[in-house]
Amino acid sequence: MPVLEVKGLKKSFGPTAVLKGIDFSIEKGQALSIIGPSGSGKTTLLRCLNFLELADAGTISVNGKVIYRGGDMKKYSDAEIRKKRLHFGLVFQNFNLFPQYTALKNVTLAGEMLARERPDYRARKKEILEEIEENARALLDQVGLSDKLGFYPHQLSGGQQQRVAIARALALKPDILCFDEPTSALDPELTGEVLKVIRSLAEKNTTMVIVTHEMQFARDVSDIVLFMDGGVVIESGPPGQIFDNPRVTRTKQFLERYNGT
Amino acid sequence: MKFIPVTISLLEGFGVSCVIFFLTLVFSLPLGLIISFGSMSRFAPLRWLTRTFVWVIRGTPLMLQLMVVYYGPGLIFGAAAFPKLTAVLIAFVINYAAYFSEIYRSGIEGVPRGQYEAGQVLGMTKSQIFFRVTLLQVIKRIVPPMANEIITLVKDTSLARVIAVMEIIMVAGTFTAKGLIWPLFYAGLFYLAFCGILTLLFNYIERKLSYFRV
Ligand SMILES: Nc1ncnc2c1ncn2[C@@H]1O[C@H](COP(=O)(O)OP(=O)(O)OP(=O)(O)O)[C@@H](O)[C@H]1O
Ligand SMILES: [Mg+2]
Repeated sequence: MPVLEVKGLKKSFGPTAVLKGIDFSIEKGQALSIIGPSGSGKTTLLRCLNFLELADAGTISVNGKVIYRGGDMKKYSDAEIRKKRLHFGLVFQNFNLFPQYTALKNVTLAGEMLARERPDYRARKKEILEEIEENARALLDQVGLSDKLGFYPHQLSGGQQQRVAIARALALKPDILCFDEPTSALDPELTGEVLKVIRSLAEKNTTMVIVTHEMQFARDVSDIVLFMDGGVVIESGPPGQIFDNPRVTRTKQFLERYNGT
Repeated sequence: MKFIPVTISLLEGFGVSCVIFFLTLVFSLPLGLIISFGSMSRFAPLRWLTRTFVWVIRGTPLMLQLMVVYYGPGLIFGAAAFPKLTAVLIAFVINYAAYFSEIYRSGIEGVPRGQYEAGQVLGMTKSQIFFRVTLLQVIKRIVPPMANEIITLVKDTSLARVIAVMEIIMVAGTFTAKGLIWPLFYAGLFYLAFCGILTLLFNYIERKLSYFRV
């Protein structure tokens, strides 16, 4: 059973149809990369998965259960949407760390807020908060920032900030972690450290959906590559197929333009 | 030796200035927040109405507004005028609320969308995002323009004299009419001291918030 299955997902902004029926699925532990030209709807797709936008039509299923159905019954309450969001994590292009909190606090904050809803929160408050902090320290260690726990975002480089953002997203243990061009706001010499972290997550079989323009990285790290253009999936398959033997001319043209530059 | 009686009179006048100052702040700070919500409303008619109101208030002199509030009711409706101090407070509160609303608005709109979205995807509720993520960033953004506006208010209290409220400049003026110039300079010292204290206070707040950048 796929951990994530998206069927017929559509999204328009006013008269502009941005997603025109997206279908794909991933199995647990797989990494799926999404490539495609600017404006093809990659960010919009990730935003629909994280319910920052509500898709107009189509379904999103996690572990075999439909958690979102667009269309007439899109009257989900804030609380329901909030719960559904927790299946997904999102790492933004420009990090969006909370500037007034240290790296450690950025990672623990959301977990602390969620813990308040636990029935045993009052009784075990201290232990729970310690667990959350322990987990955050471990994650920051995993992304190579154990010496930066007390640093504020403005004291960190872009690459370090993005690694904190990855730890922050991991802290809530999402079923699927999404990345929206995680390195495109970084100076070239800083992209490596972030890609390395994502690569190590792939080795640990973290389920990921990665929108990226780093073709070599997509080829190395993903189990499936999905090429999007004009709001539809043009072609998808294992990286070998997409990059070496694309079946669709449009894919070929896109990749040639990439390799050309 | 006139120094002691002049001091006492000026202190009384300064007391009136302080009353205008503090009461204006007490009412206009929250009112400004409400107005800023109106000017950011998704309901377009409310938004345009609020913004037009703010434009009119900010685009005309406070002295004019004060005279309208004081003389308007009697001359337009034949009603009894507000007591002088009440008229001053009405005009000042409305005027400063309009200015504050724009400061709040720019502070709130200045928080990047990504901050809200990061909170949302982390499963935080709207109120958690407001109190834990955006509020402090808004405060940090609005402290410098607020400080400017509040220091301007200290000096604007002297406008109350146009409807003969006995604030400190008016008091000093009565001595000048009797041939003494120094009470005017003396009155200036009161303003300098008050603004100096406010400046120190705001610098302190800014320093307290300087551990992060927005
Ligand atoms: N909130 C919105 N309102 C109106 N149009 C939007 C909105 N968000 C996205 N769009 C439009 O949808 C289209 C797809 O945008 P999207 O950001 O998903 O593309 P993308 O594939 O992520 O591109 P890029 O590679 O440049 O990031 C664009 O034409 C964009 O202008
Ligand atoms: Mg994008």
